[in-house]
Amino acid sequence: MAVVDLTEAAKGREELLTRVRELAETDPLACYQCGKCSAGCPLSFAMDYQPRQIIRLVQLGMREQALGSSTIWLCAGCATCTTRCPRQVKIDGVMDALRQLAGQDGRAPREREVAAFHTSFLESVRRGGRVHELGMVGSYKLRTRRIFQDGGLGWNLLRHRRLPLKASPLRDRKTVERIFRAAEVRG
Amino acid sequence: MKLAYYPGCSSHGSAADYDRSARAVAGALALELVDVPEWNCCGASSAHGADHRLAMYLPGRNLAVAAGMGMGGVVTPCAACYSRLNRAHHWLAEDRRRWLELSAAVGVPYNDVGKPRSLLEVVVGDVGLEAVAAQVRRPLKGLKAAAYYGCLMLKPPEVARFDDPENPRSMDDLLQALGAQPVRWGFKTECCGASLSVSRPELVEKLVGDILDNASAAGAECVVTACPMCQANLEQRRSERHRLPVFYFTDLAGIAFGLSPRELGIPMHLGEPLELLRGKGLLAAGEEGQG
Repeated sequence: MAVVDLTEAAKGREELLTRVRELAETDPLACYQCGKCSAGCPLSFAMDYQPRQIIRLVQLGMREQALGSSTIWLCAGCATCTTRCPRQVKIDGVMDALRQLAGQDGRAPREREVAAFHTSFLESVRRGGRVHELGMVGSYKLRTRRIFQDGGLGWNLLRHRRLPLKASPLRDRKTVERIFRAAEVRG
Repeated sequence: MKLAYYPGCSSHGSAADYDRSARAVAGALALELVDVPEWNCCGASSAHGADHRLAMYLPGRNLAVAAGMGMGGVVTPCAACYSRLNRAHHWLAEDRRRWLELSAAVGVPYNDVGKPRSLLEVVVGDVGLEAVAAQVRRPLKGLKAAAYYGCLMLKPPEVARFDDPENPRSMDDLLQALGAQPVRWGFKTECCGASLSVSRPELVEKLVGDILDNASAAGAECVVTACPMCQANLEQRRSERHRLPVFYFTDLAGIAFGLSPRELGIPMHLGEPLELLRGKGLLAAGEEGQG
């Protein structure tokens, strides 16, 4: 059983709650821990903290545990939790917010591969304005050194003409670069 | 009916088959789809975990460009794009000051194009089941199909505002109008985990296995999706024991309308979809060529 220092956690509590409220546009304090979110979560079986527990960690200001969890990366964003929450907490939005905060902290993600996928995805968007699947997966493989993963599948997709070698970027690459910059400025 | 069409990135790759059947079926239903010029990625499935503003601006630009086209709204065949476009639309609708913020960020003046719709929503809601049934040339008689909606087209309901998030009916009704027999089953809106398919395939295999097991147990001979992520994921992350073909709803509508598998891109699927159609007497001789 882990020992938790609530006095220590309470120091950063208001700041964490404020950031989550801003980013997720929802109030984690509304949660009364019924557990409906966790019962319906398709990925809860693989998470270190249940979605309900993540909300509780935020309520208590336990930033380290929340941002260091596997849960925030394994959430697939299906919003079944939010759909069923009797207190209208946008739980999927809280997961998004915590991933953003973990990124802003420059923290090493608990699920390295999942984070590497998202990085490769956004890199592909920024480069061409649209995702080029082959390029994205290639960059993911380099990033994670999983060079041979899904080789057979890739070949099968190529054969079925569902994995084009060539990207179809926007004519003007600045269109999307401008959006990334604007988002960075707003922070 | 003329609509702005947002195909999404997968239409150029893993869902090139869906793009083909979507356009063919729209044509058969007299829906004119005009591509949003220079559309950009909506940010699914990564921007929303990286930067809240980026997750609103990327789809927001497409909405702004679509509004400028002066059509009867914007439609997308992809459930992931649908979800992101609707999230941005919802965010913008909540506060008019955000219109100015978005316009400045993306360099296109924002005007409301109306709620972004999915192609399924347009076919069932705008075209209507009667008009669909009127186009049927070869009813999908005896075809037992599991209508699989996935998560993003329906959840959360205040954003998606489409069908019941726990027990949707629209695709079941459509399949019925095409002459098929939709099965009752419990995994209609379970998530297939597509966003983790590359990074944590072993977890996704479990989700996909559960969905396909449940569809088989309900007596389905095929699974029908309205999402390119679901279709690709169910085909790619299933185990050897699963043989159910996974169709897009536009594949089956097209077959019922008398279009050929080739026109619909069906031979681009990874499984053996033609075997089932042939077994049901739904293919004419010579209709089985490569895509």
